[in-house]
Amino acid sequence: MRGITKRYPGVVANDHIDLDLRQGEIHALLGENGAGKTTLMNILYGLAVPDEGEILVDGQAVRIAGPSDAIARGIEMVHQHFMLIPVLSVAENVVLGEETMANPVFLDRREASRRIRKLAGRFGFELDPDAKVESLSVGQQQRVEILKTLYRDAQILVLDEPTAVLTPAETEEIFVLLRNLAKDGRSIIFISHKLNEVLEIADRITVIRRGRVVGERRPAETDDKELAELMVGRSVQLTVDRGESHPTEVMLKVEDLHVRDDRGNEVVRGVDVEIRRGEILGIAGVAGNGQDEFVEALVGLRRVASGRVWLNGRNVTGASPRQINEANVGYVPADRHRFGLILAFPLTDNLVLTSYYKPPFAHGLVRDGRAILAAARQRVREYDVRTPSTEVAAQTLSGGNQQKLIVSREFGGDTTLLVLDQPTRGLDVGSIEFIHKRIIEKRDAGTAVLLVSAELDEVLELSDRIAVMYRGKLVAFVDGRQADKNQVGLLMATGGATDETHEATGTST
Amino acid sequence: MSQAIARLPRPRALLRYLWSLIAVPLVSFFLALLVGAIVIILSSTLVLKNPFDPTLPLTAYQALAQGAFGSFNSVVTTLVITTPLLLAGLGVGIGFRAGLFNIGAQGQFLMGAVGAVAVAANMQSSPPAIAIPAALAGGALAGAAWGFVPGLLKATSGAHEVVTTIMMNYIALASLAWIVKGPLKEMGSNPPTTPDVGAAALPILIGSTGHLGILLAFAAVPIAWFLLFRTTRGFEIRAVGANPDAARYAGVNPRLMIVLTMSIAGMLAGLAGACTILGISHRMNTTFQTKVGFDSITVALLGRSNPIGIMFAALLFGAMRAGAPPMQINAGIPVELVDFIQALILLFLIANAVLRRLLRLRGVAGAEQTGFQTITRSYGRETLT
Repeated sequence: MRGITKRYPGVVANDHIDLDLRQGEIHALLGENGAGKTTLMNILYGLAVPDEGEILVDGQAVRIAGPSDAIARGIEMVHQHFMLIPVLSVAENVVLGEETMANPVFLDRREASRRIRKLAGRFGFELDPDAKVESLSVGQQQRVEILKTLYRDAQILVLDEPTAVLTPAETEEIFVLLRNLAKDGRSIIFISHKLNEVLEIADRITVIRRGRVVGERRPAETDDKELAELMVGRSVQLTVDRGESHPTEVMLKVEDLHVRDDRGNEVVRGVDVEIRRGEILGIAGVAGNGQDEFVEALVGLRRVASGRVWLNGRNVTGASPRQINEANVGYVPADRHRFGLILAFPLTDNLVLTSYYKPPFAHGLVRDGRAILAAARQRVREYDVRTPSTEVAAQTLSGGNQQKLIVSREFGGDTTLLVLDQPTRGLDVGSIEFIHKRIIEKRDAGTAVLLVSAELDEVLELSDRIAVMYRGKLVAFVDGRQADKNQVGLLMATGGATDETHEATGTST
Repeated sequence: MSQAIARLPRPRALLRYLWSLIAVPLVSFFLALLVGAIVIILSSTLVLKNPFDPTLPLTAYQALAQGAFGSFNSVVTTLVITTPLLLAGLGVGIGFRAGLFNIGAQGQFLMGAVGAVAVAANMQSSPPAIAIPAALAGGALAGAAWGFVPGLLKATSGAHEVVTTIMMNYIALASLAWIVKGPLKEMGSNPPTTPDVGAAALPILIGSTGHLGILLAFAAVPIAWFLLFRTTRGFEIRAVGANPDAARYAGVNPRLMIVLTMSIAGMLAGLAGACTILGISHRMNTTFQTKVGFDSITVALLGRSNPIGIMFAALLFGAMRAGAPPMQINAGIPVELVDFIQALILLFLIANAVLRRLLRLRGVAGAEQTGFQTITRSYGRETLT
């Protein structure tokens, strides 16, 4: 790709970007959210037309007017959000669009399965072609996506944040697969903003900032610190200085908590835990081990099946979200679009989402627009939310700014407990640094913090104590400063069944 | 859009904002007129074998406008017809804001009329100052009850309001017939009719037909606007409509809001029915019917579920209904043309997404629940838990 330029009203998304991809190479595209990575790849995939510049495949200038052009040239994209049909089998998903037909009417399932098994075998992974996609893990689904591209004989694969949804073990597996693909002569563009992954997998790294290429490095020549600086444009503190914690009295106490998921399965199966003021308890665990349900039960969004929750000595089992909120509990939900924000509403309304009904934002039934606006402006300034005004709808902000919006709302005031579910998911380095600092500040101000994260690094960096959640139980507690990544990772994967040195006790010492 | 409307931004931005609000309704209206014009010409030349006359649509629309606004009396007629459309349209619009598709304005209207006449029939000897508010309240309550039931069903069992309100419409129709033939039948009337509303008849304020209900309907506009955009309750209603999960997170009880919103919607449609019986018909027989229930849905959509928009939309529909008979007399165009144009407006409105793309509008003001989302979203996923 040569001299690619794409302008949108008010911004130059791509400013004369050059990118070359060699055969058999894994080329990482690194940049913050909104740096222009996605625009560039959309141009390559024919979803956007560049204002300037050209694309060359095998030395020849080509015009890619749409995804079908791209596919015809062997360019395939694996999106962050999978494009699979859950009720169909792996084989049916893979052949969709290029079906193997037994006759003009019926699909030849056996032939499809056979081909897929062969293809998977060739690249060294196993996948049951007849399994329904909905029964697969996220990591397996991603392999189905990759298989789809291979089935169409892709030569250039673009993977958009492929590891965002994977566990560390699954990430390792996908890396093995990617290396096999490269060895086979296929070229891979790996989009990411995770520094360590890029350093591990890439042959070359191109860093983009504000639509421009700001550097190209080989992993051997660089380190995470330099890459982060290139990405953000200033020096970044990659690991927050968590300092000493000074836990005081118990703020949250959970006794033998059981919670069911939407389908009625018991996914939290007897959790006991205590969190003190001034400490951060991190919950590590592979996504889907009951963390979300546990958190939702704590804040009143989900019914408690049995057990007790005590907040500051008060029984709050089964309390409503409003009651929990009135007890000065801040909650950053995992799904900010579902729970955290009303995307269609302006920032002002979103910033008072949990306090709209009480003074100074309302007097009786009548809302006080002036007070809301003043508070909104102040919070936007204090938390550096980048927005043209406080009147725009929340959906116009980037993910990082949306998250800052939620954080500024939930961290405000004299919080007793902060419940943080994936507080930095999908955010770039700069925003993560900002939010991590605020979490430590809140801890030091005497708030009890419950941190749930699928990012093991995040849990390890911030937590004073770490609990590992496995199949609905907290199976181990580890000191946050002495925790070993491999050891915690093993506990996450196995629940510690093979490792009996860790006593599962919920009380801090 | 909630705050922005009152906190006037800079003129240019304001203009752009206003345009983004009214572009789709306005374009829908003119496209409907255009297609209507084609049909007028076609039916005249092909069906009636008249000579080809390209000015016929203009003649027709001119007669329509003349009939609606041409004289003092025609303006009064327009306002009288607008009144129930406006009240019921506000109800449907508030429902849309809460993400509810209330098809039950029809039944709520009818029950409102029944409620009003039932109270009025028993207050023949009271002074109007007591009888009128009492009869209006009776209508409002009866309408509210007819909205409350589907609201309660949805809140407790998840039964979809589209289904239950349609059922309630049939129940209203049958109940009306029974009440007119039974409990409220005036002795000796044949065909069966209720007594005259007597003291509860709304006083005529302007012209020969302009009754008190007109004032009531237009007064409801700022009240509805204030409720939606200036009160916490309105915020809760809109929050539930825009994102029920986030509303729950914010401490709002979505079930309560559903019941409340449906009751308010029913009350407004009920008032529309009460105004119609107390202001115009004064008596009810078993054939008492209305198009208001369904027209009000189009009115709410055309007004983008904003009370001010609904006011203009109701005026437009009222004018078309008022102008149709004079148009038929003066231009020889059948009154059904108005139904046709209204249906076309609805069709173009629902093609909202296409229109917005053609007009190069981005989701500036169309983001919040304004009805389009409510009726076009899939009904598979219910987020109440």
